[in-house]
Amino acid sequence: MSQATLSPGIVPGRLTPDELAVNFADVAPPLDRHEAHVEADRCYFCHDAPCITACPTGIDIPLFIRQIATDTPDAAGMTIFHANILGGMCARVCPTENLCEGSCVRNDAEGQPVRIGALQRYATDGLIADGAHPFRRAEPTGKRIAVVGAGPAGLSCAHRLAAKGHDVTIFDARAKPGGLNEYGIASYKTVDGFAQAEVAWLMGIGGITMETGRALGRDLTLDTLRAEYDAVFLGIGLGAVNALRTEGESFQNVRDAVDFISELRQADDRGALPVGRDVVVIGGGMTAVDAAVQAKLLGAENVTMVYRRSRDQMGASEHEQDHATSKGVRIIHGAAPIAVLGKGKVEAVQFAYTEIREGQLHLSENGFQLPADQVFKAIGQRLEAPLADLDLAKSGKIAVTGPGRTSLDGVWAGGDCAMGGDDLTVTAVAEGRDAAEDIDARLTGRPVEIPG
Amino acid sequence: MADLRSEFIGIKSPNPFWLASAPPTDKEYNVRRAFQAGWGGVVWKTLGAEGPPVVNVNGPRYGVVHGPDRRVLGLNNIELITDRPLEVNLREIKQVKRDYPDRALIISLMVPCDEDSWRDILKRIEDTGADGVELNFGCPHGMAERGMGSAVGQVPDYIEMVTRWVKQYSRMPCIVKLTPNITDVRKPAEAARRGGADAVSLINTINSITSVDLDLFAPEPTIDGKGSHGGYCGPAVKPIALNMVAEIARNPATAGLPISGIGGVTTWRDAAEFMALGAGNVQVCTAAMTYGFKVVQEMITGLHDYLDRHDMALSDLIGRAVPNVKDWQELNLNYVTKAVIDQEACIKCGRCYAACEDTSHQAIAMKSGRVFEVVEEECVACNLCVDVCPVQDCITMRELAPGETDLRTGIARGDYANWTTHPNNPAATAAE
Repeated sequence: MSQATLSPGIVPGRLTPDELAVNFADVAPPLDRHEAHVEADRCYFCHDAPCITACPTGIDIPLFIRQIATDTPDAAGMTIFHANILGGMCARVCPTENLCEGSCVRNDAEGQPVRIGALQRYATDGLIADGAHPFRRAEPTGKRIAVVGAGPAGLSCAHRLAAKGHDVTIFDARAKPGGLNEYGIASYKTVDGFAQAEVAWLMGIGGITMETGRALGRDLTLDTLRAEYDAVFLGIGLGAVNALRTEGESFQNVRDAVDFISELRQADDRGALPVGRDVVVIGGGMTAVDAAVQAKLLGAENVTMVYRRSRDQMGASEHEQDHATSKGVRIIHGAAPIAVLGKGKVEAVQFAYTEIREGQLHLSENGFQLPADQVFKAIGQRLEAPLADLDLAKSGKIAVTGPGRTSLDGVWAGGDCAMGGDDLTVTAVAEGRDAAEDIDARLTGRPVEIPG
Repeated sequence: MADLRSEFIGIKSPNPFWLASAPPTDKEYNVRRAFQAGWGGVVWKTLGAEGPPVVNVNGPRYGVVHGPDRRVLGLNNIELITDRPLEVNLREIKQVKRDYPDRALIISLMVPCDEDSWRDILKRIEDTGADGVELNFGCPHGMAERGMGSAVGQVPDYIEMVTRWVKQYSRMPCIVKLTPNITDVRKPAEAARRGGADAVSLINTINSITSVDLDLFAPEPTIDGKGSHGGYCGPAVKPIALNMVAEIARNPATAGLPISGIGGVTTWRDAAEFMALGAGNVQVCTAAMTYGFKVVQEMITGLHDYLDRHDMALSDLIGRAVPNVKDWQELNLNYVTKAVIDQEACIKCGRCYAACEDTSHQAIAMKSGRVFEVVEEECVACNLCVDVCPVQDCITMRELAPGETDLRTGIARGDYANWTTHPNNPAATAAE
């Protein structure tokens, strides 16, 4: 172990460039043609397949796998893109063991599902790499639609609307489009600038104008958008991070995990990114795992993830948890932070074990202290700014009915900012798509087409 | 341990697994390695007449049909008989037989269809020490265009004539290898017997085009943009071969004629099936060409195990299933079964449902939670659900007890009765 790895405090360059290159390489490298064919042969082509039902976008999985098996990967890609235009990203980030692969009948047959995610990547990579956009726009309708947020929901919505002949303008607060695909996902899941390549490819359909650096509430108002456009779709995500609300939270080196993940994604030189030696991550979701694993991969000596409830309630999938532990992350369940300790700078975190009594989480008398020179908070996100006239649900998200209709006429919402769903990329894609269909039906009177 | 020693028309071999006349038996090097690997015998690749040997194409000789994971299911070839000088083959045969006296060594022959040619070649092989000859009346490509191979095998009179010559000019046991590229395999087998053949071997390869190159628009294997039909073999042809072997075994005119079974034998089980249908031994080619000579070791241990488990001698197996091969009209129409789905074993893929609902008798119901149940009122016991189910023994056929009512027909199961006496059979009525 290099000396840098053991240096206390938050320092850059804990690992060599070679070590970093290995650590941040593609976590699930693509299948080659032979591997894809061997895997595709395992699909039973089930009747009314459970994997389709389990996919929030309803991709016809047995069909696309059969198309791979018959050596027509582009046809397979089109089967996917008809249902899910971000099928390339979903192939990389979907928690497939909870979705399609979790429902694969091969689990019952031999405990090993068909590797649907890997096959989906095989099917979609070729068409995206090819560059030429495979969909054609319908005749122009003359309708103009504003999509706020260039994340999965917004992109999916915009593409479907553009395909139907509408003119779409996407506004996004950040410098680059992609939303969480660009800023919120561990680097090793989407390497080589895939998120931007995918957006560029998606935009290839035409009819979509991208305006980055335009934030709702700062540069735009919902009222003006409603006035200027025939419809508005909000896919603004959850821009604010929940606070721990414990003593010491404001100490130096206590930060939001989402910022760390975003910095990593945007870094040209990961070796220049400082990371602690003793890192504590608070939370149990995908964001917590992505922060913890990447801290470890940057060279932190001890990384501990602490979640207040039990393992089976963690938001991170089992696959993600296993991946974290395989990288050396320690996961502690059933403990909550009660104080961040230190003198202006964090030095340790005090935890109390939790108990469930009558369905309520309580702190117990017992606890422990973890030394920490860096703390990442990943205990959930929420809507950033109140959106004056929009009704919110109990969860604090935008209330919607049916395919994303908000309480305001002519305004739809989908993705993480809207109520319901599992805050997954694939759910956001489905919601954006379905809202687009509803918007189209409203504006043109055409029937809704939900692919299957 | 069961004794696998085999005696086929007087030819002894340590086991009933022979390599068929084909590329694996083309020369001394291969045959020695085959014997070292454990093969009981070989049929040396077909020798032709004295003189300049035949030539082969210099492009691909084989085409293939793949199953999942590129498993070779079928192979076709356009290779001709040996393209090496006769003297070289004869010298090598003699040397190998001298070193492996316990193994069977048969020489495959194919010469022009005239008496002199056959007399001459038989004289040439006389002192090789070989155990017998196999007359190649089967190759369907190339040589057939020159009046040999299947061109002879498709005319029973020629088979009889040549076999007679062979028996007249040689004391060697004579096996006649039959082509499947005919309408009724019993006719050439009968002709071989009339000519005095000691045995028949079958099947030779089947005329085939394995695939079409959809860019070149040419059949595979493709030689300079063109292709020719080749001989098809391997696991895919086994069902056809089994039927032909059984037809000869149960035909009164050929019953008892020894048969060497050929056609897709890949495992001990395939070999046992051929033998149960009347083959005295088996010949193998594609399995060796796919996996190498070592496959014989699995065949040997597998057949040992099987015979031991059933407390049978090898001779007990040969022909044991022949009495159960019948014409359709002799099948029991009062044998009634119904599909039963084992819900514990079911993985809920729904393939049985799709197959039955779309293409059969709508006798499987899909209930909530993806529970699939047989509707006995509709089930005709076709077995398609069993065949398409990916889980072995998940769907089975339950035999109705005598007297139990078939819910589909409302008729109680009766005693054995077949079509010959069925009231719907006009012939049965006329006979009364």
